[in-house]
Amino acid sequence: MLAFENISKKYGDRVILDKITAELQPGRITALVGTNGSGKSTLLSILSRLIEADNGSVSLYEQPLDTYKPNELAKKMSIMKQANHMDVKLTVKDLISFGRFPYSKGRLTKEDLKKVEEAIAIAELTEYQDSYIDELSGGQRQRAFLAMIIAQDTQTILLDEPLNNLDIKHSMLVMGTLRKLVNKFGKTVVIVLHEINFASHFADYIIAMKDQKIKYHLPTQEFIHQGKLKEIFGVNFDIIEHRNKKICSYFNNF
Amino acid sequence: MIKRKIGILVIALLICIALFMFYGLGSNLSYILPKRAIRVWTIIVVASSIGYSSIIFQTITQNKILTPSIMGYESVFILFQTILVFLYGDKTFQVLQHSGNFLLSTLAMLVFSLFIYLIIFKNHQQNIYQLLLIGLILGTLFQTLSSFLQIIIDPNEFSIIENHMFASFSNMNTGLLSLATGLLIISFAIGQYFIKYLDILALGREHAINLGVPYNKMVQVLLLIISIMVSVSTALVGPILFLGILVSNITYQYLPTHKHKYLLLACSLISCIVVFLGQFLIEHIFNFSTAVSIIINFIGGVYFIYLILKSRK
Repeated sequence: MLAFENISKKYGDRVILDKITAELQPGRITALVGTNGSGKSTLLSILSRLIEADNGSVSLYEQPLDTYKPNELAKKMSIMKQANHMDVKLTVKDLISFGRFPYSKGRLTKEDLKKVEEAIAIAELTEYQDSYIDELSGGQRQRAFLAMIIAQDTQTILLDEPLNNLDIKHSMLVMGTLRKLVNKFGKTVVIVLHEINFASHFADYIIAMKDQKIKYHLPTQEFIHQGKLKEIFGVNFDIIEHRNKKICSYFNNF
Repeated sequence: MIKRKIGILVIALLICIALFMFYGLGSNLSYILPKRAIRVWTIIVVASSIGYSSIIFQTITQNKILTPSIMGYESVFILFQTILVFLYGDKTFQVLQHSGNFLLSTLAMLVFSLFIYLIIFKNHQQNIYQLLLIGLILGTLFQTLSSFLQIIIDPNEFSIIENHMFASFSNMNTGLLSLATGLLIISFAIGQYFIKYLDILALGREHAINLGVPYNKMVQVLLLIISIMVSVSTALVGPILFLGILVSNITYQYLPTHKHKYLLLACSLISCIVVFLGQFLIEHIFNFSTAVSIIINFIGGVYFIYLILKSRK
C-alpha cells in the first residue's frame, strides 16, 4: 500500500527528514507522534505530494507517486491539512461536493450526490449542511473539511493535526468518525497527533519520530511504555490503566 | 436566482449601451454613430477583460483586494512608451505606427510576465506570494526608471507620454481594435476550459492538489491568460488601476456564489456598465474636461480604502 523509502528533506542546511523508510499498515489508523520540529508534518506533506522530497521515493500500490496522473491519485489518496482561512462564499454542502471533483469535474452525477449525502451523515453534519462555512465554529468547520475528504472516498486518508484548536467534544467527534471509516469501510488513515492519549486510544499503530528519524514503528500497545514515551517526548510519564485503556499522564513533572 | 440577477445585469448593460449610442445625437448621424460604435466596442473589450482577469487573479491569490496591476504590467507599458519617446522624441509616431506600438508593448508585457514565471517556477518556488513580490518590486523599479527618463525628456515631448499614462476611450483605431478583440476571444476560449478548476483553486493550493488539480501548471496557464488580457487592455487605452478591485468586489457583493462561471460573466458585465457610466459622465456632464480613468480611479480608490477598513474589523 502506502510505502516510502529513504526520504530526505533539507531546508537550506537544516535537515528536516533524514533517510526515513517505512510501510504503512492498510486498513488501520497509524498515528505520527513526536515533538515539534521532529518532521512529522513534513513527512505527511511529502507522502501526500504537497511538497517534494530531496531524495527517496513514495509509492502507493507499489507504483511511485509521481507516475500517477494528479486526478487518478486524487481518487486513491486524500490529504487534509489544518483548516486555513478561506474567503469564499460556500455552504457546507458545496464544500463537501468539491470532494467529488476528481470523479465528476464539477458536474455532479446521481452517484456523486449520494456520496455527498453519505459523507454528511457520517460526519454528522446534517443540521449544518446549508450553513455558510464562514459562519461555523472552528470545530464544525474542521468536520466539514473532514466530510469533504470522506466524499472524496479514497482508500488512503492523510490528516495533519486535525485536532488543533478543537474542543474536547469536537476532537472526539473527529476521531470517532475516523475510527468509523476504518472499522466500517476499511480505510487506511495516517494522522499527525500531538496529544498522546488520542493516539493511544484511537490509533492501531504509532510511528514515533525523533531527531529527523523514525524511532519506533509499533502497534500502539507495544509503544505505550514509560521509557519509550520519555525518550520521544522528553518528559516523565505515568501510565494509568483504566477500563482496559492506557492513559498517559504527564502532569507529574511539576 | 443567480440567473435572474445576471439577466438584470444584461438588461442594464443594454440600456447603458443604448444611452451611450443615442443620447444627444445631433444631425450628422453617419459621422457620429460609427464613431460611437467603435467606442462601445472598445469599452466592451477593455472592461470585460479587466473584470475577467481581476476575478481570476483574485482567485489564484486568494485575496480580494489585489488586481493584476500589482504584477507591474502597467509600469512595463509606461516604461516602454517612455523609452520610445526618449529615443525618438517628437518623431515617435513617424517611426512607429499605432498598431506597431500596440503589438510591441503587448509583447513587452508578455515577455515580462514570462520572465517572472521562469524565475519562480524554475527554482521550484511554489509560493504565489513570492511571484507577486517580485512583480511588485520590478514594477516599482520600472516606474522609477520611467520617472527618471521623463525628467530628462523635453517637456513638450513628455506630453506624448502623458497621453498614455491615463486611460482614455476617446480616440480608437479600428485596426487595433480587431486585433485586440481577436486576442481576447482566444483568451476567453482558453479560459472557458479552466473555469471549473477556478472553483477549486479558490480553496487554496493544498485543497487543489488534494482534489487532483495540477496546481503549478494551472497557475502558469491562468497567469498567462491574465497577462494577455491586461496587456491588451493597457495597450489599447492605458492603465486603469482600480477598476478591477471596484468591479470584482461589487460582483462578490451582488452575487454571493463561489461558482466562477457566474462570477466571471457577472464581473465582465458590471465592469462594462461601470465604464459606460463613467464615460457617459465624461462626455455629457464634464464635457471631456477629465479622463474616465481619473474618475474610476477616484471612486475605486475610495472603495479600496473602505474595503481595507472593513476587513480590519
